[in-house]
Amino acid sequence: MNPEEIFQDKIDQEIKIEPKDWMPEKYRQTLIRQISQHAHSEIVGMLPEGNWITRAPSLRRKAILIAKVQDEAGHGLYLYSAAETLGISRDEMIEQLHSGKAKYSSIFNYPTITWADMGAIGWLVDGAAIMNQVPLCRNSYGPYARAMVRVCKEESFHQRQGFELLLHLSRGSEIQKRMCQDAINRWWWPSVMMFGPNDDASPHTAQSMKWKIKRFTNDELRQKFVDICAEQVKLLGMTLPDPDLKWNEEKQHYDFGKINWEEFWNVVSGNGPCNKQRLDARKKAWEEGAWVREAAAAYAEKRKSRQNIQAA
Amino acid sequence: MKNELIDFTLYLADNALIIGHRNSEWCGHGPVLEQDIAITNISLDLIGQARNFYQYAAQLINEENTEAKATEDTLAYLRDGWDFKNSLLTEHPNGDWAQTITRQFFFSVYQYYLYQQLQNCSNEQIAAIAIKALKEVTYHVKWSSEWMIRLGDGTEESNSRLKKAIDNLWMFTGELFDLSAYESVIYSAWNIDNDKIKNEWESKVKGILEEATLEIPVNATWHQSGGKTGTHSEHLGFLLAEMQSLQRAYPGNEW
Repeated sequence: MNPEEIFQDKIDQEIKIEPKDWMPEKYRQTLIRQISQHAHSEIVGMLPEGNWITRAPSLRRKAILIAKVQDEAGHGLYLYSAAETLGISRDEMIEQLHSGKAKYSSIFNYPTITWADMGAIGWLVDGAAIMNQVPLCRNSYGPYARAMVRVCKEESFHQRQGFELLLHLSRGSEIQKRMCQDAINRWWWPSVMMFGPNDDASPHTAQSMKWKIKRFTNDELRQKFVDICAEQVKLLGMTLPDPDLKWNEEKQHYDFGKINWEEFWNVVSGNGPCNKQRLDARKKAWEEGAWVREAAAAYAEKRKSRQNIQAA
Repeated sequence: MKNELIDFTLYLADNALIIGHRNSEWCGHGPVLEQDIAITNISLDLIGQARNFYQYAAQLINEENTEAKATEDTLAYLRDGWDFKNSLLTEHPNGDWAQTITRQFFFSVYQYYLYQQLQNCSNEQIAAIAIKALKEVTYHVKWSSEWMIRLGDGTEESNSRLKKAIDNLWMFTGELFDLSAYESVIYSAWNIDNDKIKNEWESKVKGILEEATLEIPVNATWHQSGGKTGTHSEHLGFLLAEMQSLQRAYPGNEW
């Protein structure tokens, strides 16, 4: 068998590919793109939620929110490390994010306008993310699969917290109910879009499924998400903003309305409400932190040379 | 004594909440991911300490006045600036990384030596919170000391930024050892030795600054005070306006 056949054989047998194993260049590049995009999403995703840390309405909620955003930073860290095993440095990946070469999840280009958005992000955005991510725990690349196991455990906790936040609002005052419905209205369709283009418009899916980087198609996962949310929203006594949402007895799934792909591609290509603000905020943090990173490196260098002198 | 105990507990709570809140402003904006996580973690520790102190203060207040119905949240979200007793140092804005590190270092070293004594005090609640918090504060001292040294002995730029931060914040350190009326009552009742805390603080700060190739500012004998008795800087009002906004806009709602 040639290297490519050995590689595919391992994948077919569900043996994980590890950093030192031979792999097709395209497999490596696909993974770098996907893992770094995921890492960037975690880091950019800290911003819309971080926006409410200083205004969280109780100390308990404040602590939960801080811990959640901190978990996202941690996910970014594991994922950057997983991507580094493929031969790219964290600095290079960050550079690609800042230059616009690398993407991050478009969902974070929407603004967080009220406190209820913290709940809607947890329930819908983290909910959609989990749907995508649980199968990734079994993907063929070892370091990525192992990072995803940790990520998924924390994400499902976040999702429950988000739902609990909304449940609380849904049982509260009129204004709280209004906040709750308003947030669901704004986050529903962007969350449905998080699964990406329809299968017939998703060119990488077939190859990624063969390599077991992907286990289900975009539309399969999206349907699963809609089916679950359509039931959960009833517990909140709220509605999803889709007049075409209806149980289909024959298919045993919910039918749902047409997705506005024009909006999706607009946000992907940079025209979302917060694309510019999110990237600017990341670049600003990075640029303003440059002297700190330089100081840490200079100090580490001095220390090392002092230790060498002592040892000599 | 009961009123002084309430005030002192609120002082401990307010210090932890306000500096914790300030640190949380860094979340998502830190200079490097690992340090973003570290400063956020410290913020979480401090808010946790604040909650413990507020819960105890609320219990004391409700015992005093059965109609008070104080909770950790009424204390954090429904008091005005003049009720807050935190020291001026803790409310100082973040500035750059050097300012934040210096503020944390000065404060954590103070908290460390204060809690060292509180852990043996005759008030079981306060002692228990201090014992639990000391594990965290020990790390805060270590983390901020390491950063002081790294910045001081790093590059020319980091050294000059750190020097500036120390010069800016030094005038707020004296207040930490300037006893308010309620502290005096509590300190003498619990045998807390303020001079010891002050000496230990000075010697630790001096030692770390030396390692950081810096010195304690000379000629800086004057210090600002007022925070402990509710006369704050202009910064606190904005911090509270933001922090309390939902509770103030929608009174009586549960979140």
